[in-house]
Amino acid sequence: MADLAHQTTRAPGRGGARKGTRPGRPAPVPARPPRRARLLRGLTPWLFLLAPLALLITFTYVPIVNMVGYSFTDWDGVSPELRYTGGENYRELATRPDLFEVFFVSGYYLAASAVQIVAALYFATILSFNVRFRNFFKGVLFFPYLINGVAIGFVFLYFFQDGGTLDSVLALFGVHTDHAWLGTPVSANTSLAGVSVWRYLGLNFVLFLGAIQSIPGELYEASELDGANRWHQFRHIIAPGIKPVLTLTVILSVSGSLAAFEIPYIMTGGATGTETFVIQTVKLAFQFNKTGLASACAVVLLLIVLAVTWIQRRLVPDDRVDLT
Amino acid sequence: MNRRTALAVAVGAALLAAGCTSTGSASKGADAEAPDDPAKVSGTITVLTQRTDLVQSGRMKKYADAFNQTYPKVKVEFQALTNYEAEVKIRMNTENYGDVLMIPAVIKKSDYPKFFASLGAVEERSEKFRFTGFTAVDGKVYGQAPIGVMPGFVYNKRIWREAGVTDWPTTPQAFLTALKAIKDKTDATPYYTNFAAQWTLSSWTSVNGAVHCDPKATDRLASGDPWAEGADLRVGDTLLHDIVKQGLAEKDPTTTNWELSKPQLAKGQIATQWLGTWAIVQFQDAAKQAGVNPDDIGFMPFPAQTGGKFCSTVSPDYNQAVNVHSKNKEAARAWIDWFTEKSGYDKDNLAISPLQNAPLPAVLKPYEDAGVKLIELDDTQGAKVKLIDNESEVGLYAPDYRLDLVDLARGARKGSLDDFLGDLSEKWTAAQKNVGP
Repeated sequence: MADLAHQTTRAPGRGGARKGTRPGRPAPVPARPPRRARLLRGLTPWLFLLAPLALLITFTYVPIVNMVGYSFTDWDGVSPELRYTGGENYRELATRPDLFEVFFVSGYYLAASAVQIVAALYFATILSFNVRFRNFFKGVLFFPYLINGVAIGFVFLYFFQDGGTLDSVLALFGVHTDHAWLGTPVSANTSLAGVSVWRYLGLNFVLFLGAIQSIPGELYEASELDGANRWHQFRHIIAPGIKPVLTLTVILSVSGSLAAFEIPYIMTGGATGTETFVIQTVKLAFQFNKTGLASACAVVLLLIVLAVTWIQRRLVPDDRVDLT
Repeated sequence: MNRRTALAVAVGAALLAAGCTSTGSASKGADAEAPDDPAKVSGTITVLTQRTDLVQSGRMKKYADAFNQTYPKVKVEFQALTNYEAEVKIRMNTENYGDVLMIPAVIKKSDYPKFFASLGAVEERSEKFRFTGFTAVDGKVYGQAPIGVMPGFVYNKRIWREAGVTDWPTTPQAFLTALKAIKDKTDATPYYTNFAAQWTLSSWTSVNGAVHCDPKATDRLASGDPWAEGADLRVGDTLLHDIVKQGLAEKDPTTTNWELSKPQLAKGQIATQWLGTWAIVQFQDAAKQAGVNPDDIGFMPFPAQTGGKFCSTVSPDYNQAVNVHSKNKEAARAWIDWFTEKSGYDKDNLAISPLQNAPLPAVLKPYEDAGVKLIELDDTQGAKVKLIDNESEVGLYAPDYRLDLVDLARGARKGSLDDFLGDLSEKWTAAQKNVGP
């Protein structure tokens, strides 16, 4: 999730892709400053980078390197002794197809993210025009993303309970179901994926909204003069204008679907066929104390996500937007 | 990967090489001697505990105050960990894991001497205390449980009476018949799995030993097939399967709620749950809060008899141990001894005392009347069973396979019970071979 948050702050700027004149290099200084001053000037950016780099290295790269290290051992997570077993964990992964069956569950989340992107795009487009209460609706849509994932898990357990919120709401409309929402694998996975859409819709929505609002307003005016309706505007101005953000969102959604974790973990703990690859990894590490094998699983997931991203980048190259 | 990332990875690798994971420095074989003179022991000890509720309610503080009457110079501080197992496990990679702690299940028995100071020899301690075998390595004991627990069905006596069942069922079949009577004659849910809480299902493993009244039941797990025809776990798992299959459990197990299940059972909306003696006190409290009679909470053994007698296994709760790196081992030892023998913690929990000659708690009076035989499982092979369990990924002490079992029974998963248990046997026996003797 850290990645997502990271992207939030960056993406609108990228989506903007506004053309402007870059400030040129400062005029050359006539006399070279003394050596110490030059050294200091060279060091300054690094001094600023010191804190973020230290954090990045300590909390991202060192753990990754450690994890890769553990993936070649038979460590149980606590014992003071660990043996290097070479590629044994990877061999086990390759010879146990049952460990990859759980990826079918990701299909539900993948389908859900398609729904999520379309919905987010729809809302972002509508709310970028002048609509009454638009700021209120923006808030409503973004709000779920601000809630802690654990809280969401617990809230939706009540929601799906027999005679819970969902059943009561349906009863208001005269639909009296007697359906255990988390009872069968299909129904449970669909419900969980639905929760995931509810939660992450706001994030996609904000990304799209930012990108859409960075499209110059004159374009709409001009198109209206030419007789374009809302759909034409979306088709020829908005869609191409936010293409980089759209690609980015798709990449995030695919990797997010492969690594779905907290909602199913909290709500069902992987029961009733809702186990995802990450839940399985966590169980290997903390339930069966196979930290080595679990690290190997994590490395493989990382590689799969990288590969998917790379393929996507190949299929949809990230070109510059030019609306003029 | 761009240049900056490559640089960062290189730096990370260098840091790692510089020795982030220094392991294997643990000292080994220290003893925590019992102090001779209580007045002279001094120091501050940190006690790690999983009982967050008791720390918050100030009950633990009261124990510490009582302790200070005998040991005035020892200061006891508590650290309550919500997710005890996981948090302690990580802390145990350092030397800083309190002075007194509960031994987490993840620690291999053979590693005990590396992590904990010994409390004394087995022969000497076993005369006075129960459960010494569970933490013994090479004749030395490394932990002591302050209470013992016994698995069993917590049930609502009133509902069972209303259904016309007054005697404890003696076979699984009779038990199912009784549940059916409850379903037909009362409004209560006959059995509540507490599926969503998950750990409630892993406690079905403690059926082991009770069915055939066999103190060597753990050995059978280590060398035999736990799901062979007639084996303890097969009997237990089949009963759980049949309860769910015959519709005697709650309608939607996936959204059950542990906290709510307590008042529901007390009020008679739920008739039965498989838990342990430790739960009785919680259900009685729930009854008091709900304004119903706490005496309605009953406790019964697994429906199986050997030689005309019920049998029940008694096992230790978390074992308390002294950190081998502790600076105040005497004070820590004093706390463990005092807490085990004099604190009254066992009575407060209506639990079985860790002292060999102590009487059963009053709530188990029916057990005495029915002549239930209490056995303590021999844990010599306990470490090996855990190894096989992890290697096979069956999860005897984890909920997973029983979650699948319940799903199978209620039709959310395809297959037959025989295939399912056969599959478990296969995984288990294959892992037995890998683990070796």
